[in-house]
Order: sequence, then structure tokens, then C-alpha cells
Amino acid sequence: MRNVLIICGKELRSYFVSPIAYLLLTMFGFVSAFFFWLYLRGFVEYGMEMQMRGEMFPMNLNEQIIRPLLANSAVIGGLFFIPMITMRLFAEEKRSGTIELLVTSPISDAQVILGKWLAAVTLYSCMLLFTAFNFAFLFKFGNPDWKPLAIGYLGLLLQGGALLAIGTFISTLTKNQIIAGAATFAVCLLLWVMASVSEFEMSKWAQVLSYMSVNSHFESFEKGLLDSKDSIFYASMIFLGLFLSARSMESLRWRS
Amino acid sequence: MITVKELTKKYARNTAVDHISFEVEKGQIVGFLGPNGAGKTTTMRMLTCFLPPTSGSATVAGFDVLEQPLEVKRRIGYLPEMPPLYPEMRTAEYLTFVGRLKGLSGGELRQRVDAVCERCAVTDVKEKLLGKLSKGYRQRVGLAQAIIHNPDVLILDEPTAGLDPKQINETRDLIKSLAGDHTIILSTHILPEVEQTCQQVIIINKGKLVATDSVNNLQSRARGAETVHLEVAGRNGDLDSGIAQRRLEQVAGVNRVMLKEKRGSRSLFEVESQKNKFARGDLARAVVEAGWDLNEMRPAAVSLEEIFLQLTGKQEAAPAGEPVAKEAGQ
Repeated sequence: MRNVLIICGKELRSYFVSPIAYLLLTMFGFVSAFFFWLYLRGFVEYGMEMQMRGEMFPMNLNEQIIRPLLANSAVIGGLFFIPMITMRLFAEEKRSGTIELLVTSPISDAQVILGKWLAAVTLYSCMLLFTAFNFAFLFKFGNPDWKPLAIGYLGLLLQGGALLAIGTFISTLTKNQIIAGAATFAVCLLLWVMASVSEFEMSKWAQVLSYMSVNSHFESFEKGLLDSKDSIFYASMIFLGLFLSARSMESLRWRS
Repeated sequence: MITVKELTKKYARNTAVDHISFEVEKGQIVGFLGPNGAGKTTTMRMLTCFLPPTSGSATVAGFDVLEQPLEVKRRIGYLPEMPPLYPEMRTAEYLTFVGRLKGLSGGELRQRVDAVCERCAVTDVKEKLLGKLSKGYRQRVGLAQAIIHNPDVLILDEPTAGLDPKQINETRDLIKSLAGDHTIILSTHILPEVEQTCQQVIIINKGKLVATDSVNNLQSRARGAETVHLEVAGRNGDLDSGIAQRRLEQVAGVNRVMLKEKRGSRSLFEVESQKNKFARGDLARAVVEAGWDLNEMRPAAVSLEEIFLQLTGKQEAAPAGEPVAKEAGQ
């Protein structure tokens, strides 16, 4: 555990001494704030319209702002920001030769991988924390239910963890950060669009593919449901990503 | 301290290291010599557990590199060809990080960081970013990183590559000063470096072990014959170099006398005598008894370069020998 934390601390440091972390935080903050403003405006306009018509439609902050906003964060965070977080993790070390220091130090590959992944998850959590400012306003001026929101965040974190693990694996495959980033983006995108296969194709394979998609498992979290099936799906994806990273790091030695 | 038996590393298409065996005793500095691409780095990587061997075994401080890699890694300090530095870290911070990785903590860690900074003369760049250091400093920080946990064995891959002559000397002195407490293997393709720093040499070429011996033995082994440079001057102004040459040839044990240079009354000869005949005293006597002055007499040292060419040349067919000679001449 000590070694994991040493690696994690080092990675976090290099995120935060370089512009990467600040760039990601600012961009994600802006984008999510923009969507928050968009949904909030829609919500307010809808409310005024209802009032003018004198109709009484149920208004719900959770359903009309929080839920679409969570879905949005999942797409933007997962698709565009995950590759930028993970692409440097191993590719940079391989390029600069510092991987030799890590591998010849008395720590295991698993500790290195876990430390790096944990640092990535921490940075991703910081990004999510930025979106929480928006929700703070809802709690100040409205009365939303906090439980679905908390579950939504848990879902974001789990989904992020899974995609980060896959990004970590892809980063072990190459020396080139750009390639690692682009490949991670492609894989994330694929895991996204796979869900829509079952919309027009009803074969078994389409069902399987659709089930493997990351966003079909996010729906329950988005609704505020804690479904063990979906949590286990994400957890096993995290495990798979980290396991593949470990195998890839090992093969690096046999091949290089 | 280090035992290597029949160590082999094969890649898909070629064999980088081919059944190498050698031993290194505690406290020694061993030069690992060979042209570029001879398999030096691969061998070192196997010793540091970076690469697993295809066959054969290597033990460091009694631990096998395949069976107990963690124990081996704890006892090894490794400086790869490219110092493994993170450009965004500061020197002291980097050394602290490496120290932690190697298992140090608390007061001991702080004290070690200070000690290695002092030892490797990087104290004045302690708070500088590694990415902004000059090549010489980067190399020294790399060395500091390798000795931070006071390892039994130090493995240095071309520690002086790319440094200027002054820095090369400083680095050599530093390595020599480390020899007492550490067993050191350093790889190089620069021969004088081995002559100056190492006690033992391991020469490899094309993945095969060519020779392993002490520097002194290797030199005398390759010599076979002893060569002496002799400067003789005539007493009263002139000297007939032909007569002098004939006189020298008559000395017992002398194989061959060559006139190298003639400057006025002085003549410079190169005298080759049989090994173990100790012809030098007789040569001096002959010169003096003939009434000439003996201005200079010095044994011609055979450089490792010649040995290297002899040893690697022997194995090779002519076309393959060419690039080797070029590399070694650098």
C-alpha cells in the first residue's frame, strides 16, 4: 500500500505541476457550467410558461436538471477527458526511459499500475467536484433529493474508473502519448455507441454488444437507482483494465 | 557478489547475449567492454531484473534474478544509459521520491538525500528543475539516484557518455571513490576509461564473451613481447644510428630494433625484446658502455584498444570486423 501511495503521489504531483490538471479542471468546469445554465434556463422558462397557462404540472429539480446533467457529465467526462488524463501515464515513462527506474525498483508492477490508476481517479474526482458547485446552487435555492444525486456521482465515479483503467491499459501499449490518447478516445467512443446496436439489430450478438456498452449501465445510476448488476459491471471492467495493464507491462519485458 | 552462468537472451530474430558466464567479487570495479550493440545493455538489464533471461542464471548478492527479483532490486543501484529523470521534478524532490521507492523513509531518507547530493556534487542544484539541468548535472543526479539506498551493487550503463572531458574525469573519480563500499559494473565502449577506472575487464562482442581478466593481466597477455622506446645521443655531437642499431641488436633477448626517428645527434629506437627476458638493464649498459648517452628509456604500454582489436578481430571474419574496429576507435 505504501508503494502504491508513493506512485500515486508522484503522479498527482506531475498532474498538478504541469498545466494538464488545471486545463482539464477549467475546461470541464466551463462545459458543465454551460450545460447547467442551459438546463436551469429551460427549467425556469418551463415553469413560467406553466404559470402563465395556469396549469399545474409537477416540477422536479431531480428529474429536469440533475438527471440530464449527470448524463451529460458522463458523456463529456468519459469521452473527452478520460483520454487526456490517461494518455501520459505509461507512454511518457516509456518514452523518457523513467520506466526503467520504476521496473528496477523493489516494487511490483501491480503497485505501479494501481498507483497510477488511483492518481487518475483522484484527478477525475476533482473534475467531478467542480460540477458539484452547480448543484450546490440547487440546494441553496431549491429542495432536490440528495440521494439520487449521490448515487449519480457514484455512477460517474465507477464509470470513470472503468474507462480510466482501460485508458491506463492503452497507455502501456505505446511510447507515443498522442497514439495512446487517440486510441483511448476511439475505444471510449466505441464503448459508447455499442449501446445503440440493439436498436436496429435484435440478434444475440447485438444484445451482447449492447450490454457491454458503458452507457447502458449508467442509466440506472442516472435515475438514482443503485443496481448491483451495473456496479459489478463497472467493477469488473476496472479489474479487466488493470489486469490487462499488468499483463502488458510484463510482456513489455519479454519482448523489448 | 555477482555470478552469471550461461546467461542468454534471445529475441525473435537475433541473440543479443549468448551464453555469458562471469563472476564479480565484492568491492571491485568491473569494466564491461564492447562495441555498440554487443549486448552490454541487455546483460545489465538482465542483472537488474528489467529483462528476464531466455536461459541461464544470474545471482546478485546471493539472490537469483528470476526467483527473488525484489531482493535483487533492493540491493542494486542502476543508472541506465539515459538517466531516468522526471523533467518536472526538482533534484531534492526527485531523490526523495527515488529513496521512498527503494524503501527509505523519515530521517534516514532526509539524511541519505543530503549525503548523496554532497557526494555527487549536486547540492547547488538541489532546488532546480531536472528538465533544466545540463547534461553533466543530469548524469550526476542519475548517479545520486543509483546510490541513494546505499546498494551493494551498482550497475552503470555508459556513465560518462556525452560528458565533456572535465566532467568525464569528475565522474570517473566519483565512481572510483564509490568502489570501497559498492561492487560496480560499468559498461563502456571507451577503452581508456576501463584502463583508468577498472580492476577487471569483461569484454563482449556480438553477445559472446571474448575475455575476462584483470586489466594488468590482459595487457601483459596481449603483449607477448615487451617493447621499449629508447633515445640514444652521441657524446660529442654525432651518432651513427646504424652502428647504434647494430649494437642494440646484439643485446641478449632482443628481437628487433627499429629506428623511429633521427634528430641531429639523437636517435629514437623502438626495441622489441622477448617477454620475461628483462632486456632493459642490458640495453642501458650497452648504450653507456659504447660511450653514448641514454636520454630516455620507457616501456611502451599496450593500450586496451589493441587488445580489444586483437581479441575481437580474432573471432570475426574480415567484413564483419570492419565496423567493430571503427567503434572501438572512438
